[in-house]
Amino acid sequence: MESMQEINVYLKNDFDIVAARQAVRNVSKSMGFGLVDQTRITTAISELARNIVLYAGEGSIYLRVINNGLRKGIEILASDDGPGIVDIKLAMQDGYTTSRGLGTGLPGTKRLMDEFSIKSSLGEGTQVIVRKWLR
Amino acid sequence: MEIPILKIDNCLVVSIQGSLSDTAALDLQESLARDISQQEPVGVLVDLTAVEIVDSFVAKVLGDISSMSKLMGVDVVVTGIQPGVAITLIELGITLGGILNLQKGIDLLRASCK
Repeated sequence: MESMQEINVYLKNDFDIVAARQAVRNVSKSMGFGLVDQTRITTAISELARNIVLYAGEGSIYLRVINNGLRKGIEILASDDGPGIVDIKLAMQDGYTTSRGLGTGLPGTKRLMDEFSIKSSLGEGTQVIVRKWLR
Repeated sequence: MEIPILKIDNCLVVSIQGSLSDTAALDLQESLARDISQQEPVGVLVDLTAVEIVDSFVAKVLGDISSMSKLMGVDVVVTGIQPGVAITLIELGITLGGILNLQKGIDLLRASCK
């Protein structure tokens, strides 16, 4: 039943970033994540959502509850049809930014979550999938 | 929604609530610059007790607010960061120096605001 729980947030401006934070906070809270993990997950989604608005203009965040047979977790897919990332290795480096930010968005998100994968094609868009498992 | 900037003695006090949008963060920075210029306080206190999340953008703006206020000759104290927010900021790779608890912040400002 819970594995069917899915929420999509369409993103086009910074108010949608706040909405994405709220959605993921509610889901992670209802799943039983502790306060610090809720904050980690919410912060990670805020970074991914901002990247979408900033670099792609629009896109979506998909949240769902997953289960690997042993543990329950939350999976978030951040997807856009934007210009894509030229050099993913560089984008994953701390301090690297093309937008005058702090350059901590992607590497920081990876540290906040248990699993992180990124796929990007120039001219086609970027998909980031992150997961956090209940301890 | 504009974040209220209160004046207490010779200090400005800002209490940020909940989840701060990027626009609200930038608006706060501009309003503070204006108020510092017009009201010439000796100190600014920014309280984060009710802030549930500080991501890299909000952290950058908070740092900018701090640098900007210092540049305008005003002491800044940032207070009340929640434990989960502190842990998350460290893991994100962000160091926001000199955050105090609210009481210490008030004490510090009180010394200069009287």
